Amino acid sequence: MANLRDIRRRIKSVKNTAQITRAMQLVAAAKMKKAQDQALAGRDYADLLNKVLVNLKTNFEEGSHPLLEHREGGKELVLVISTDKGLCGALNTNLGKKIRAEKPGADIITVGRKLRLQLTKTGSHLVSDYEVKDPVPFAEARPIAKQLTNLFLEGKYDKISVAFTNFVSTLTQEPTIAPLLPISSCTLGEKQDYEGVGKGQVRETDHMAALGVDYLFEPDPMGVLDALLPLYINFQVYQMLVESRASEHSARMVAMKAATDNANKFIKELTLEYNKLRQAAITAELLEITTAMKAME
Amino acid sequence: MALHLEIVTPEKTVFSGAVGNVYMPGANGEMGVLEGHAALVTALEPGELRYEQDGRIHTLAVGSGFAEVTQERVNLLTDMALGEDEIDEAKAEEAMKRAEEQLAKISHSDDAEELSHLRAVIAKSMAQLNLKRRVR
Repeated sequence: MANLRDIRRRIKSVKNTAQITRAMQLVAAAKMKKAQDQALAGRDYADLLNKVLVNLKTNFEEGSHPLLEHREGGKELVLVISTDKGLCGALNTNLGKKIRAEKPGADIITVGRKLRLQLTKTGSHLVSDYEVKDPVPFAEARPIAKQLTNLFLEGKYDKISVAFTNFVSTLTQEPTIAPLLPISSCTLGEKQDYEGVGKGQVRETDHMAALGVDYLFEPDPMGVLDALLPLYINFQVYQMLVESRASEHSARMVAMKAATDNANKFIKELTLEYNKLRQAAITAELLEITTAMKAME
Repeated sequence: MALHLEIVTPEKTVFSGAVGNVYMPGANGEMGVLEGHAALVTALEPGELRYEQDGRIHTLAVGSGFAEVTQERVNLLTDMALGEDEIDEAKAEEAMKRAEEQLAKISHSDDAEELSHLRAVIAKSMAQLNLKRRVR
């Protein structure tokens, strides 16, 4: 049977927890706004880049550039983008599950501590690991993209994918595994899937592309492609990092909100119980006094 | 109908609107685009971008990237687009110095990508400084 002091102590500790989760919720909410804006801002660029590439693609044969080359079989590499900190709901668990289900035995490069620990424990071979600041600076995507490109060009891996959490909305984040290299028309077409915004928006240039307008290239088609493809990979990695970051903060905010709500509910219940007990104690005391008085008469 | 110009960097859409004509630093030297230009895709070098809007000429320092030109649109993808008042002279100078030091260190190695990155940083800083100093 809990006594008054125990309950008081528990209320105090739950209150402390609620205070912390509430603070975390507010911090996550502020970061979430920034990360979401960043993710959305990047989509314009992605959209445009994608369009230029699709237009370019019609001028090239598949496999005419080393980065477009499809190789059968071979080893797979997955770039896993998770979070550094926990307390963000089932975000990392879901992504980890998806990776184990779809890419078992693939080697990994990780961003973020959580899934690095989890996946290396279950026997995935870790090639390298990156730390990325918050908010994501564009420059930090470059070394990652560079290593991936080099590994692919050297023939160490024949297929490179990225596992990240796609930001759909504050309440929905979707674990996604998207192919990165080789760049294929299929990759280009699918891209729209996780870049949500801009879907269905048809611009003038889309019509032009549909009509098969021939573009002039300056300095020349191959030169443009040479410069554009690394940029594309760079930007893909960046966009996926940003999407993951937006998902992380959203998930954390939602998780912390739930925790705060639960704590508050718990405090309410405990307070009720505390008051009941207090009342019972007072009644008992009164009873004792009156009994004693009765006995004295 | 005027030309529609859109300048987009990874961080944000810098400019989107109707303009008179556009001059941009293409891979084969500066090129001017008027309305009705043939469809074209060009690489951009770090340098100066000018466009005319409401009779005024606006100038931006841009980094490397791409431009897609169609009859009535110019879509510009670049990693940097700064107006004169956004440029931090000291910062640009410092970035340039750092890149030059690194360049001196690795110039004999064969890391082609690193080299081209450092050259791009230098060219970008130059573009910023040129714009800033000329205006003043």
